Amino acid sequence: MSNIEERVKKIIAEQLGVKEEEVINAASFVEDLGADSLDTVELVMALEEEFETEIPDEEAEKITTVQLAIDYVSAHQ
Amino acid sequence: MSRRRVVVTGMGMLSPVGNTVQDAWDSILAGKSGAASIEHFDASQFSTRFSASIKGFDVAEYMNPKDARKMDLFIQYGMAAAAQAINDSGLEVTDANATRIGCAVGSGIGGLTLIENTHNILKKSGPRRISPFFVPGSIINMISGNLAIKYGLKGPNIAITTACTTGTHNIGSAMRMIQYGDADVMLAGGAEMATTELGLGGFAAARALSTRNDDPQRASRPWDRDRDGFVLGDGAGVLVIEEYEHAKARGADIYCELAGLGMSDDAHHMTAPPATGEGAANSMANAIRDAGLNVDQVNYINAHGTSTPAGDLAETNAAKRVFGNATDALRMSSTKSMTGHLLGAAGAVEAIFSILAIRDQVAPPTINLDNPSDGCDLNYVAHDAQPCVIDAAVSNSFGFGGTNGTLVFRKI
Repeated sequence: MSNIEERVKKIIAEQLGVKEEEVINAASFVEDLGADSLDTVELVMALEEEFETEIPDEEAEKITTVQLAIDYVSAHQ
Repeated sequence: MSRRRVVVTGMGMLSPVGNTVQDAWDSILAGKSGAASIEHFDASQFSTRFSASIKGFDVAEYMNPKDARKMDLFIQYGMAAAAQAINDSGLEVTDANATRIGCAVGSGIGGLTLIENTHNILKKSGPRRISPFFVPGSIINMISGNLAIKYGLKGPNIAITTACTTGTHNIGSAMRMIQYGDADVMLAGGAEMATTELGLGGFAAARALSTRNDDPQRASRPWDRDRDGFVLGDGAGVLVIEEYEHAKARGADIYCELAGLGMSDDAHHMTAPPATGEGAANSMANAIRDAGLNVDQVNYINAHGTSTPAGDLAETNAAKRVFGNATDALRMSSTKSMTGHLLGAAGAVEAIFSILAIRDQVAPPTINLDNPSDGCDLNYVAHDAQPCVIDAAVSNSFGFGGTNGTLVFRKI
């Protein structure tokens, strides 16, 4: 679990160009981390790449916070 | 409506001979070439294995790396040159003037690096891996678009694409917008980063490039009998141009007047000019007339002068057609002998060299011109810069499709 959490946070920090300490579990990509709609699309792609999974668009739309990303990846490993 | 006067108040440049206007100009006056063997990809299978690429560019000096990741290099280059130009001009964008300031910064080809890389991803991993930033990161109007966002510029926003005449046409069209009241200030110019596998390979396939692989710095040799094609180059040039009274009212430093634009087409061939230089001559004549000058008032031409066998001779013939008896007193040089050919950025970078020629009263040299070929018998300022009186300078650009553009700059 912690391993997944670290990897997800690292990707979010890289994709959104923010410091890793800003990537707290409750943070919203758009509200807190400065992402726009295209950033979130690219972020989901990066998660798919890292975890070798495919996230359907209707699921991807619901992944709006760091915690939701961790939860999704953890549930689909 | 009477036309308003337009002046140049800011300049910025990334070039193979320097990543600022002053560094580049110092190199040009010293006759230094920016050509070198290609190291940013494996060019060993290509007939041409050198280019005039940008060296030592750190995008973090100009923008957040997160934003840079979404932009092809040509956009990054254009944004960097524009940032230098705005800084140089001292222009402040406010709520009051934002709708009167616009952008016209184009590119000849656009985001080739991103197109190639994304195509590779598509073939390897499928369509789901195409980045949402692929399109906005590679299309040509996104220098102008990103500049508007970054600086809050709400005036006209365009990006003309006319191959190697791109920079010239953008500057000239921006001038028209100011002359006729669409804007008071414009950022105008061009940027290019086409020294990629497809870019180099494509121009090589068209037999447009020099193959002097053993001596890149002597490959661009306009009007020399041993010239064998142009040297592909990268970079960007952006001017801040401005209505004269607007510039004076804010106490801006004025480099010179942007006095004329001429345009024409050869209507002849996709890539080659007619030997007579008719289209180039029409472009120059139109520009000089637009500036309200007589030919004997023009002292210097910054030539298109790409170092191709056909183009150099045609431009010489064109100058003779336009200038007649005044040709003897004229200096015409090619700074492409040092920068290589920056395609869509060429007209903008060369506009800047023309402006500096007026400011410093010196004609920049054509290096490598050891033996002028038959029919090439003008004063090309061979080897060394020549101090001289320059009240008006002309900058030529000619592109695939036969499209020609000429700007006239005038001392103020």
